Amino acid sequence: MAPSFEHISDRAARKWQTLTQDRPWIRVGTALCGKAAGADEVVSALEQELERRDIDASISEVGCLGPCFAEPLVDVSTPGGARVVYGGVTPEAAAEIVSSHLVEGRPLAGYALGSLDDGESNGIPRLSDHPMMKLQRRIALRNAGHLDPCDIDQYVANDGYAALRRALTGMTPDEVRQEVAKSGLRGRGGAAFPTATKWNFLAGSKDPVKYILANCEEGDPGAFNDKGILESDPHSLIEGMILAGYATGASMGYVFIRHGHNGPIDRTWRAIEQARESGVLGRSIFGSTFSFNLEVSLTGDSYVAGEETALMESIEGKRAMPRYRPPFPAQVGLFGKPTNINNVKTLAYVPQIVLNGGDWFAAIGRERSAGTAILCLSGSLAYTGMAEVPMGVTLREVVEQVAGGTPNGKKLKLLQTGGPLGGVLSSEALDIPLDFDAMSQAGAILGSGGIIAADEDSCVVDLTRALIAFCQYESCGKCFPCRSGMTHLLEALERICRLESRPEDLTLMEEIGRNMQAGSLCGHGQLGFNPVSSALRHFRGEFERHLVDRTCPVGTCPTPWSSPTSSRR
Amino acid sequence: MTSTVETLRQRVNKALRSQKPETVTVLSCLLAVEDELGYVPRQAAEEVARFTGSTVNDVWGVASFYTNFRFQPPGRHRVEVCWGPSCHIRGVMPVIQRALQDLGLSGEGTTGDNAVTLRYNTCLGACANAPVISVDHRLMGRITPEQASQVLSGLKSTEEPSHGP
Repeated sequence: MAPSFEHISDRAARKWQTLTQDRPWIRVGTALCGKAAGADEVVSALEQELERRDIDASISEVGCLGPCFAEPLVDVSTPGGARVVYGGVTPEAAAEIVSSHLVEGRPLAGYALGSLDDGESNGIPRLSDHPMMKLQRRIALRNAGHLDPCDIDQYVANDGYAALRRALTGMTPDEVRQEVAKSGLRGRGGAAFPTATKWNFLAGSKDPVKYILANCEEGDPGAFNDKGILESDPHSLIEGMILAGYATGASMGYVFIRHGHNGPIDRTWRAIEQARESGVLGRSIFGSTFSFNLEVSLTGDSYVAGEETALMESIEGKRAMPRYRPPFPAQVGLFGKPTNINNVKTLAYVPQIVLNGGDWFAAIGRERSAGTAILCLSGSLAYTGMAEVPMGVTLREVVEQVAGGTPNGKKLKLLQTGGPLGGVLSSEALDIPLDFDAMSQAGAILGSGGIIAADEDSCVVDLTRALIAFCQYESCGKCFPCRSGMTHLLEALERICRLESRPEDLTLMEEIGRNMQAGSLCGHGQLGFNPVSSALRHFRGEFERHLVDRTCPVGTCPTPWSSPTSSRR
Repeated sequence: MTSTVETLRQRVNKALRSQKPETVTVLSCLLAVEDELGYVPRQAAEEVARFTGSTVNDVWGVASFYTNFRFQPPGRHRVEVCWGPSCHIRGVMPVIQRALQDLGLSGEGTTGDNAVTLRYNTCLGACANAPVISVDHRLMGRITPEQASQVLSGLKSTEEPSHGP
């Protein structure tokens, strides 16, 4: 028989006591960002140093705390003592930190990024006062970087699965959907569709077999928050998926991830296995009549696989090409059964909404854009990484405060938001609040939260070529206006970047763009001209200099260029 | 020769039978083959067709769609360079140019001595630490052309993928 909730919560409380009260605890960020900065070597160095000095301390590999620019991050706490996050830690620095913080009880200010205590520790300011953290309000990322994603007990000890227990013991599926409706939650994958409305469609189907899919394809370059949630706090997604299943009468779910991202994939599998062992997934969860199971479904490299109907084709093992709609997935979806597809971030909010109430969530952010925006900051920014801020914060605040502006004092030139199809925004148009509707009125897309910044050293034509090269490479090939149009767009942009353009290139591109929009089945072709049209809207002069004067005002074109050969061309 | 083919078939079948998800499809099988062998040879595609009850044509249809699948054996070391916009803005092109020059390649491919297979990846997922490359599945962020060159010259002289620091 599966353990009861009381059993797992007692076990979790005891373990949490040991971790936080009985001995020092060292947490190392080993998400993709940490690993890319050498976190694995830091973990080894810490383990060696603890063994050499015979120190009894716990080491946990955690996910991403957010300030990826300062990876590898090491978070050291001692019972009754200071808790400090150190940044830019090398294996040598790791040994110094052990010696100073753990042996001498003196946190090392030199490497400190901030303290996680209530006040200052040893002159180290609070991390929450760091400019990157100050505006943040963490809901979906509340556990990211704090808990070991491979330890269900740490999640349970921090309110984990309490929402599921509340729903299963005291709420009907209708009531769960009503709570989500009250919250005003809208989808975070890009389309911003009201989540409760989507769930109502699925709940309305009488079919005994229904599916809940979590979309973590996340093929947008510059977007890593879905992977970030999976490798930092996979149980919050799992709990959200189980709640979605309960609310809609579905009993099977898939987490859809691109193969090769082994950190997020392995941690999600580990979390699913632990959830099964703890009776959180499986038959008669917590003694109720509700059963739910879950597995990971991997896809190959295909950007369009993130489109919801192509995603279902991919889970079925086929080529990831979009289906015609209608019928919509809630009627005929995966394996022909009613299906609900949500983005990872959307589902990760759900446990907190059920636990704290829809009104609580609705009060955060803006009227029709409730809650927070989970952002991925990359490109020419000082504080690159993952951040969660209330909706309504302006893009200017995000760039200048949360991201700390450009490094090296360069002038910001543009932002590329919402994935390659989102196009670019001039740095002069930044007084837009993070709000689904306000952003779309301004011709920008919040999308899945990726914000890539470019400074004055970047040529906008060269960047547009890179964006269209991506779109061309990733066209699935089903609709020829997209398949063929992208190729011709790329050829024109390559000519312009070589300063060898033809007089008709601009009108040619605009005509191709109109055809792509009119003749493509999914957003890839429909929005595929955005990188060019938005760049022309904000930087037409720079294009004309390339086209007419055959000069690059930034002075970088013709730049070296190499692109992959697509197998779908 | 027969025994080599037989060993290959056995490895493929073992990989096909030990897939983690219960939902086994043509795509999941192809991914399992690629994880096991590093590429999808003709015999493996035939095994996948047999295992899933599909045709070899169906299998090739899927395999040729997803850009990760390769049909030639990879070199001893696999280097992927992220080519997405974040890495582009942070200067990945000079890294690519240097890598191509050092490896004597004109684009994606395998070096003549079979030491290194170079691939472009649209996003390796560590955009905050761009530009990013991955060497035998180990990520390296904020890489410069000089660092990339150093890493590549190390690979040319080692036989097996280095997993350690």
